[in-house]
Amino acid sequence: MFYGTELQNRLFLGTAQYPSPQILSEAIAVAGSEVITVSLRREGREGAGFRDILKDAGCRILPNTAGCHSVREAVTTAQMARELFGTAWIKLEVIGHADTLQPDPFALVEAARILCAEGFEVFPYTTEDLILGEKLLEAGCEVLMPWGAPIGSGQGLRNIEGLRSMRAHFPGVPLVIDAGIGAPSQAAQAMEMGFDAVLLNTAVAKALDPVAMARAFSGAVAAGQEAHRAGLMPRRDMAAASTPVFGMAELA
Amino acid sequence: MRNTDNRLVSVLGAGVAGLCTATALADRGIAAELIAPAEAPQPASHFAGGMLAPFCEGEAAPDEVVTAGQKSVDWWAAHVPVARRGTLVVAPPRDAAELGRFARATRGHVPADPGALEPDLEGRFARGLFYETEAHLDPREALAQLRAGLAARGVPIHDGPPSGRIIDCRGLGADLSGLRAVRGEMLIVEAPDVALSRPVRLLHPRFPCYIVPRAGQRFMIGATMVERDDAGPVTARAAMELLSAAYALHPGFAEARILELGAGRRPAFPDNLPRLVRQGDRLHVNGMYRHGFLMAPVLAEAAADQIAHDLQEDIHAH
Repeated sequence: MFYGTELQNRLFLGTAQYPSPQILSEAIAVAGSEVITVSLRREGREGAGFRDILKDAGCRILPNTAGCHSVREAVTTAQMARELFGTAWIKLEVIGHADTLQPDPFALVEAARILCAEGFEVFPYTTEDLILGEKLLEAGCEVLMPWGAPIGSGQGLRNIEGLRSMRAHFPGVPLVIDAGIGAPSQAAQAMEMGFDAVLLNTAVAKALDPVAMARAFSGAVAAGQEAHRAGLMPRRDMAAASTPVFGMAELA
Repeated sequence: MRNTDNRLVSVLGAGVAGLCTATALADRGIAAELIAPAEAPQPASHFAGGMLAPFCEGEAAPDEVVTAGQKSVDWWAAHVPVARRGTLVVAPPRDAAELGRFARATRGHVPADPGALEPDLEGRFARGLFYETEAHLDPREALAQLRAGLAARGVPIHDGPPSGRIIDCRGLGADLSGLRAVRGEMLIVEAPDVALSRPVRLLHPRFPCYIVPRAGQRFMIGATMVERDDAGPVTARAAMELLSAAYALHPGFAEARILELGAGRRPAFPDNLPRLVRQGDRLHVNGMYRHGFLMAPVLAEAAADQIAHDLQEDIHAH
């Protein structure tokens, strides 16, 4: 449950960098995504033409504060998002470094505290740091969105053990892998590890065929989710033959 | 009811779509007038790069643009000076993977040594892509020449009411559903230390830019794409991004003089494809998006064909 909302499809899509709004709409439809994230910092109130097309996609909109570098910028952008989209949901991004686009953990917690107190339902873009995760929950967040790798890097899950620890540390908290996913196999891996959803943009938007890539990711996310539910077999150091060897006929 | 002269065509709008359409009509000997309101804002084409780059545009644009756009080089060359020098595409060493992606996403290119094509880039970029059949022009010069060409052929250009059948080329000023504005920001600099003879595109995952050489050591640096209906002044962020990209391409841009910072609104349909739209007895040429100079000649010829056909039908009907 994401702030009380049950979602079947666990692929959240970003909406930037697509060749056209129409291809974006087709990608969303083909993926069956129920949540799309939309930036506002640069587009502002004057971005209504594009937003209207997104509203027609029929998804739940998760506005984001991408491009914000300070608490104040992020809070102001979130307030504008609530007004423009009529939703309390906000994907909170406070960027610490323009080059790595790594979240600024201190500003993130402060902004989360302010926004939660104002009644926002905050989806914070965070790292796999456990203490930071705890502080965000303490601030009032009910979802955490750890990065897989830096935004747009396509590196996949860069710190798998750290992410595994995070999953184990926050058993009841919806965790969404946000950013850094480049291939469907990486998205499937995240879901197999028990993450609740995957949010990505560049890997689909900048694919040579974004619609086909959206379909591929959707299948991978569903497969990973199903595999986790079904219970993956444990890794073993030795072969374990699937048919018994004992009692085989000796024909020599 | 306004008085309509059925043999006259009134082209509304004097941006690249309107001027090409009026020119295509005049080329066929169809009587036309161009309605150019004096107080109209600068058209988006005023801020264009003037690249005739169908193959490079194919990175994001559908094949219609690549295929149709190829015809426009000859069209322009028949009307205004065009430089057929191709396009060079490079990427900073750190983003070399972008070059591979761009190569896979486009056709019409060969691998190139950037320094061999543009000596100023010698030693700065090891690999590049060369799109030999592409071309460029100076957009403001080209628009002025089309306008002068129309005037010379006696096509009236005025801001009074239209009196013929209408081809509406007013971009965002047209009353057409589905159109939105995509903001673009650009700069024009004078850089005495830089010598480039063809458009150069610098690939970057976040701040791609292109640089188009113009006469007198001037260069157009463009262009942002922001989903925003706003022609207000260029933002500091856009200027910083474009200038730092230009500087990454050639350090000589550090000493360039900034002559102009410009922002315009590109009219675009949801699929970002320019097209003709028939609305009652009005024909629209619109949604040029970032393909104005590339696609206006193609749509102008198609519009002129339709009008010629309509005129023929009218003659038979009477």
